[in-house]
Formats: sequence, C-alpha cells, structure tokens
Amino acid sequence: MTKKHFFLAALFAAAALPIVLAQDASLAIPRTIQAGDALVVSSSGSGNGTLYIVGPNQVLKRHMQPGEAPQIPPGVLIHAGHYLAILSTGSSTQSASFDVMPSDKPTKVSFLAEPSRLPVALHEGVAGAVYVFDRFGNLIVKPTPVTFQLTTPAGSAQTNQVVTRNGAAWTKMNTTAHEGRDSFVARVGDISVTRLVHQVAGDPCGLSMSVHPVGRDLQLETAPVRDCSGNPVPDGTIVTFSETYDGSLSTADVPIKQGIAKVDLPAHPGGVLSVASGVVLGNQIRWEK
Amino acid sequence: MKSGRLLAILLIGITIALIVIGTLHPASIAVAYAGGTGAFSSSATPEQAVRNLAGDIRLQQWNHAYESLANKTDFTQDQFQHDLTGYYPSLHRFATLDSFEVFPLHASENNAEVRLELHWSTVVGPSLSNRELKVAKVADQWKVEWPLIKEPVVQPRVLSDDYLRWDVIYRGAGDDWGKQEVDSPHVTIVDMHPVQRADGVVILGELLNEDVVPAYVSVSASLLTKDQSVIGTESCFDEISHLLLPKQVTPFRINFPNKTLTEVRSIRMEPFSSLVSASTGPVIAIDNERINPAPDASLSGQLINESGNVVNVAHVLGTLYDGTGQVIWVVDKYVTRALLPGNPASFNIPIPEDLARKVASQRTVISSFSFGGAA
Repeated sequence: MTKKHFFLAALFAAAALPIVLAQDASLAIPRTIQAGDALVVSSSGSGNGTLYIVGPNQVLKRHMQPGEAPQIPPGVLIHAGHYLAILSTGSSTQSASFDVMPSDKPTKVSFLAEPSRLPVALHEGVAGAVYVFDRFGNLIVKPTPVTFQLTTPAGSAQTNQVVTRNGAAWTKMNTTAHEGRDSFVARVGDISVTRLVHQVAGDPCGLSMSVHPVGRDLQLETAPVRDCSGNPVPDGTIVTFSETYDGSLSTADVPIKQGIAKVDLPAHPGGVLSVASGVVLGNQIRWEK
Repeated sequence: MKSGRLLAILLIGITIALIVIGTLHPASIAVAYAGGTGAFSSSATPEQAVRNLAGDIRLQQWNHAYESLANKTDFTQDQFQHDLTGYYPSLHRFATLDSFEVFPLHASENNAEVRLELHWSTVVGPSLSNRELKVAKVADQWKVEWPLIKEPVVQPRVLSDDYLRWDVIYRGAGDDWGKQEVDSPHVTIVDMHPVQRADGVVILGELLNEDVVPAYVSVSASLLTKDQSVIGTESCFDEISHLLLPKQVTPFRINFPNKTLTEVRSIRMEPFSSLVSASTGPVIAIDNERINPAPDASLSGQLINESGNVVNVAHVLGTLYDGTGQVIWVVDKYVTRALLPGNPASFNIPIPEDLARKVASQRTVISSFSFGGAA
C-alpha cells in the first residue's frame, strides 16, 4: 500500500467514525408509522441541524432551526419499508430506524385470472390470484379476506373465501358444462374486480353428415355440430369432407356456418364420403347411385 | 524501376485495346442488356430459335419475343405476356426468369418439337414450368409457335360471401399489469416422427389447432445428445401451413442438413402459436387428388376456388402416410397462377422415388393469400 492509499483510507475511517458512534445515540421517533402519516422527531440536541430520512425509493433532507422539533408532514412518507433517520447537529450525529407500514385499508386490488378461454367441464380449470394494495400502492401484508366468485351467464355461481397470505390470495374454480362468458369476480372489502372467462365448446361429438344430389354434384351437410355436453361448436371451426373414388380423393376444409358445415363435391358412383373435424371422425357414406 | 514502368505502360495498352474491341464487337448478351436486339441473333436451328425466344423472355423483351413467333396473329402481345406472367397478380407476376433449358423432342425438315424448361426465381424460391413448343421453318429461319394458354373466362355474377372473420384486441400499453390478456391459441403436436435421409435428419409431424380461434403457428425442434447438449435447432418455414383455423391440422417438416440420427438421443419440440386476425374464406376444394406411382411419382390434383375472390397465391401441402397411418413425408408446392373463382388449377408435386412405393394414403391442405387482405 502506498502512502497515498494509506492516507485516503485513514481519512474515510475518520469521516465515518462519528456516524458509527452515533448509532448508539437514539432519536425519539415512533418505531412504526402507517404510510402517509406524519413523522415527528424529538431530539435532545439544540442549535441548527439537518435531518436526513433514507428509505426505499425516497431520501429526504430537512433543515432544523434552534428549538424546533423536526417533523415530516402527512403524505410524504408513502413507501412501505425500513427507514433510517439521521440528525446531524454540527459536531454530533444521532440516528434511529423506523418502519413505514402499509395502510390497513385496501384501495386497489390486482386480479390475475387465467385462462381467458377454456373448454367447458374442466376441473379446477380457472385460476385466480389477487394482490391487495393500499392507496399508495404498498402491498398489504396483513391477512385480508378475499371473496372469489365465478358466475355463469345463466346465473349459477361458485364462491370461494380466501384470506391473503403475505399480501396474496389465490383460488381454482371448475368450469361448468355450459359454454358462455363467465364473470369471475374478486372482492376485497368494498372493492371488486371483474374478469371474463370464456368457456367454449369442446371437440365435436357424434359428428354426422348427410348427402343429397345437387345436379351433377353431391351436397354434403353435417347435422348441427355439438360437443359432448350439447354445446354448439363455434362457427369457423373447420370440418373436413372427403370423397374417395377409383384411387382418387377429393377433399374440402369447410368452416362451420350457423352451426353446420356443407360443401358440394363431384358425384362418383361407388365413392366413399367421410367427415372429420380435428382428430374427431364422423360417419362414412358410400354413394351408390 | 525501368521494368515496372514498362509493365504499367503494357497494362494500360492492353486495357485500352480490350475496351476498343468490346465496343466494336460487343457480346450479344451485353447488347441485349443494353437495350439492343436479342441475345442471340441466328435462328438457324429449332433449338436456337427456342433459345432466342427464351432469352427474350428472360430479358423481358416482350415485343421482340412476340414478333419472333410464327403464330403471333393468333393472339396479342399482351395475351402472350400475360400467359407467362399471369393475368392476375400471382407468384409469376413478381418473378424473373433465372435460367432455361431446351430439350429437342422431335425434328423433321420443316417442323420440330422442343421442350422448354423455364426456371423462374420467385419470392418463395425457384419455380419450374415447362412448355412443349412446335417450331416451324419459315424461309431459312425457324420460328416458334407459342402454345398460348388462354385465361379462363369467369362468368360475371354477384356472390354473397359471409365468411366469419376474427380480429384481435390486445391489452393496452397503459393498462395495469394485472389486467386480463387474451390467451394464445392452444395447439398440440398430434404426430411426430424423425427419419434419416441422405442429406440429414428430417422431423415429420402434424400440428392441430385445438382452440376455437385462428392461430399463427410454427414448430421448431432441437436435436439433443445423450448428455442433453444441443446438436442443432431448426424450424419449419415452407413445409407448414402457418395459419390454422379452429380444429385444422397442418403437416410440418423440419430439415436438419448434415446430421445423423444415430447421434441423436432425444428431440425437443417447441410448437409456437399466437393470435392472428383471419377469415374463414376463401374455401378451396381439392379435386382428383391422386398419388401417381413411380417413375415420376407425384401427388397431383386440382384446386377449385369456391369463393368469389381471386386467390393470388396458393400453397399446397401434401402429407403422405404409410400403411400404418404414420407420416412418411411432407411435400409442398406453390401454385404460380392465381386461382379464379370456380376455375380448376392443376398441381403436380414430385414425391421422392424411394418413398413413393410406401405411400398408402395422403392428405392435402391449402393455405392461400389474396392481395388486399389475408385470405
């Protein structure tokens, strides 16, 4: 170590000494306050001084006149967390620590609902998680009751009561057998947040078609396409019609319109007509005419 | 020092001499590119006449090419040009002729038949088209009779289309982080199967959109060794239909050039899907799908656009299955001409000869694109 380095190290140590020594001397401040409350600091010292408050996302500096009790007005210390107060009065320095706690009153609720869209009749298919915050955006870690409610368009509802742990509460709900947009509500006190969960029809069930001659073609038309719970499969779902004849094949991917799918294919005597949607196979018809 | 100066003077002299020779006797192809007459001057043989015509087509000298035809009075220059580039915007409209080959088929004293293979360069890769040309001797020159394929006439009529359309509204940029987002479509790989080919490892499979909304899809795969280190990662680009409507199935083929299956212990598949605005139209039926046996094994058929809109680009994907129903290959081809409403357009996709005899069944799907809106 060179002389220059030694000198600098000694200088830093000397500068830090009063702060370290002052840790033992305590300021008279409350150990905890709620976010947004005022802070009054009592000090035995006199004369001019400077008060420093160091905390999460926040550093404050206040000049103090002789005989004046330093105070931080309401609405300034708003971020929950551990703070350090340092009072410097010329030759002496005093310090103390305190905690700013979240307000008890929930003001904002963040509600995450997953998924936004899922098939009907799924056990614990819908998940909801809630985070409760005060008016300054601090997570309220005090246990707080939360009510989750999943309501179908027909009005039937499932309800779960959960108490938050470390500021969060979560639940899982079952989907019903009926498609539609369910209302998923999380309620904390007088605050409620709503999400929509779209229950959609499952895979087609009992897919069947009929065939009618139309001129020189055949018109293939499905019966109304429904899932195994009886819900109509949404329009736009692809149904594949195919016709096998003489070693050749004709196919058409056709979207369901107004509940049914239909297409015209060339008529080939002896041809075998079939229908499918995704991995679901429907009936087969041999065209003999 | 003296020899260096002599070399410099010599080089300058040679350069000047070459410039003079090139100016006075330019190469024919350079003349053509400079806007002069055709790339080839003489049509003394049937092959040479066809080469001259193909050279003009390559340089897009439509007037010169048209004037050289023996049967030009049968059609107009516009019809000739549109026969090659398409009457409606299509892949060939934006393609250039990269190269061509000429194959004499038959020749007599005054008539000949020649096959012209045109190698187009399109936005989706090379495209090959063939024309069998009759060439007739007129005086001492040979002239090509162009076999014009007239564009089918579409009967004017009004069609009412009510294709379902999906649009996507995502969460706004200023929304709270907890606000609900729309989920990506649920897709699943329903079949996956690696094979060893001469040029590397190929992964074949099928992907299903099991959701009720359209999906933009892609699949990537990683080959892993015994210690789970990655040998290579590839994804499919052309050999997949990237837009899947609800309950629609697409084949996919992922190529790993210069890799061998023996060094692969496991494969990590990663299907990708995202929401996309889409329409259920146009419906394109496939007629007369057929596996043509070797030699020249192929999958052929006809596409019929059942909508009222012109489909500018159609991509045909064929999934080939063996007797057990396992995917053994995926073939694809772009249709270079636009699909007009109700008019059949043929396709013919070559199948590797060694696989042709194993093919027991096939399934063909179409993805399409129309200018002015995704089809």
